[in-house]
Amino acid sequence: MRALEPIDAYPTHRIAGFPVRAGRSLPFGATRVPGGVNFSVYSNHATSISLVLYKAGEPEPMAELPFPEAFRIGGVHSMTVFDLDPEDIEYGYRADGPHEPHRGHRFDTSQVLADPYARMSTGIDPYRHRSRVALDDFDWEGDRSPLLPHEDLVIYELHVRGFTMDPSSGVSAPGTYAGLVEKIPYLRRLGVNCVELMPVFEFDETDNIFTGVNYWGYNPLGFFAPKASYAATGRHHMQVDEFKHMVKELHKAGIEVLLDVVFNHTGEGDERGPSITLKGLDNATYYMLTPDGHYYNFSGTGNTLNCNHPVVRGFVLDCLRYWAAEFHIDGFRFDLAAILGRGADGELLHNPPLLESLAYDPVLRDCKLIAEAWDAAGLYQVGSFPDYFRWSEWNGRYRDTLRRFLKGDLGVTGEMATRLVGSPDMYSRRGTSATVNFITSHDGFTLRDLVSYNHKHNDANGEHNRDGDNNDLSWNCGVEGETDDPGVLSTRGRQTRNALLLLLASRGVPMLLAGDEAGRTQLGNNNAYCHDSPLTWFDWGLVEDNADLFAFVRRVIAFRRAHPVLRSGSPEQVTWHGVRAWAPDWSTHCRLMAAMFDGGGDDCVYVAANSYWEGHTLDLPAPPRGMAWHLFADTAAASPWDAHEPGAEPPLADQSQVEIGPRSVLVLVTHEREDQ
Amino acid sequence: MSFQVKMNVEGDTATIRLSGELDGRSAPELNQLVGEAVEQRVGKLVLLLDELTYMSSAGVRCLVFAHQKLPRGSEITLIGTQPEVAETIRLTGFDRSIVMT
Repeated sequence: MRALEPIDAYPTHRIAGFPVRAGRSLPFGATRVPGGVNFSVYSNHATSISLVLYKAGEPEPMAELPFPEAFRIGGVHSMTVFDLDPEDIEYGYRADGPHEPHRGHRFDTSQVLADPYARMSTGIDPYRHRSRVALDDFDWEGDRSPLLPHEDLVIYELHVRGFTMDPSSGVSAPGTYAGLVEKIPYLRRLGVNCVELMPVFEFDETDNIFTGVNYWGYNPLGFFAPKASYAATGRHHMQVDEFKHMVKELHKAGIEVLLDVVFNHTGEGDERGPSITLKGLDNATYYMLTPDGHYYNFSGTGNTLNCNHPVVRGFVLDCLRYWAAEFHIDGFRFDLAAILGRGADGELLHNPPLLESLAYDPVLRDCKLIAEAWDAAGLYQVGSFPDYFRWSEWNGRYRDTLRRFLKGDLGVTGEMATRLVGSPDMYSRRGTSATVNFITSHDGFTLRDLVSYNHKHNDANGEHNRDGDNNDLSWNCGVEGETDDPGVLSTRGRQTRNALLLLLASRGVPMLLAGDEAGRTQLGNNNAYCHDSPLTWFDWGLVEDNADLFAFVRRVIAFRRAHPVLRSGSPEQVTWHGVRAWAPDWSTHCRLMAAMFDGGGDDCVYVAANSYWEGHTLDLPAPPRGMAWHLFADTAAASPWDAHEPGAEPPLADQSQVEIGPRSVLVLVTHEREDQ
Repeated sequence: MSFQVKMNVEGDTATIRLSGELDGRSAPELNQLVGEAVEQRVGKLVLLLDELTYMSSAGVRCLVFAHQKLPRGSEITLIGTQPEVAETIRLTGFDRSIVMT
């Protein structure tokens, strides 16, 4: 049977030599349709808009097609242009309207603007920020999301380029989506089941006045466009295919894919910044502006996206739906998400419509939504972010408490205990999946640097060490920076293991920073956003050099997987202990905490953490159900006895007492008694 | 160089020789030949690519089209693929069901 040709597949007009007809308003963006491409763009304040067409790679436009008045519905201009080869064109828009910055309008017809809905961008090609039409057909082979329960995730935060860019990665396409695919066996071996990709929306990687490099990419310009320079096939404009292939392969390996998304600001800066897309298309709608038209700066980067404006809300929702539906993305981590709860003047909204829409959207229903629940203007909502029983949070208080406990601060043992069991002081209503626990993230020290530096060392960032956080809560273990002192190195090794073991024994969703499992360093730089170099890339030689650490992390992840009681459950399953069983010491001078998690059967785990510089003898609670204590991990022990293979833990000779070393964490597990 | 395509069917093998540029404009021609091969119930499809100067992403999609049209278990072989094209096919995962030599 032959399909009937649609009756609107014929041009009705000719504009600038191109056959066209009135287009379809939806979907927004440029879409292949029979015989041509449908362009749809909206602006509530523009007086007219032209489509600017380029032959791919040519410096000057081949044509400009003003949208006729008859092709406009409301504020939406749409036009189908026939006889275009989507692979051979680039496009943009020229928008006319008032240039009245004091009223928020910044229309400027000298600029050709990128389509906010562009599915591809030329990226850092010689002609930047031009939009391209994507071929959206893809053979998903029945791909399905792993749909892992949120609390079962072990998240691994990585930078697509930095993960495989170093020659030591040994991949055939370094620094790309395809390169990441080649490292899936490594992720499987480590045991993580979720990757969180630092920003992959198109951004300007040269946008930085200090070093000329913006490596992290928290300055988006193309929210629908996977970053072209992260695709080995980007020069053939196949980044969409390469990205989808990456997701499909990760899913096949049982690994979910989260995207770190930035909707709090854009790469257009303030009044001094360039006009690349939203600013020229409808500045007054997209940005939060002061009454006299200046930019509010709640993000610390110059501008703030006006994300609870109804139009912007729609834009954000369209974008996330696109990634979830077209790219099979499993969830999103929202950068500076507290801003997403602010109104047009920056005021805090009690029922922010954007957050509510995302929480209840049917396309996003199964996506994980994770908020970085603070912003750069001092709003800190960890524990109080509007959650709709749906949102979880980067638990900044977990990070800070664990760091303070680790370095031996007094008075934090009680709070550490609260953090260990899923921070019920903040999340008891929502359960343990609401807290994403972490010690390190891209933002700040790596774990190795956390135990090697007391202070940040950011001179290479070009701001005289003024940038970056000043409250790292770190401890260098006796010497600042690199050293070959065996005593210092031994303490660092133990502190590293303490941190990882506590993280992975805590209720909530653990997140690891890529490379921490192998001792990656940034030489004390705690704000390395501006270095695209070996300083920030994963040196794969470390995996061999620090094979003992890698083996430890692998076993601890496997142990967590084997013990559901560490991931979720009721508070009654946890009992507290101290030097004496059943007698926890919550006084301010105490640096020892011990907990027994009992999930029934042999899912019973005893976790003791000692941040004091001397050891203790701990009286053990009797293991339940006549079982026997076995030793899973002891960070005071040398590798490979620092952690045993889960299921093959050796029994404790003395079932009533155990020694815990100085600054150590100990994990026991019950199994059947061997004499039975 | 303009696109040219010729098909030869012998037994259960269809051999298609391509030359010039395979892109969005020329891809339908190849797809049509693949459709004809399917009607002749071939079990093997051999694409001779050594005279192909360029293959765009629309061209690469012809391979998926062929894979989906041919009966299950059919074999698609590419001969003479330019290294860069072969690399693109591999990195985007389109090599799943073809043999490149």
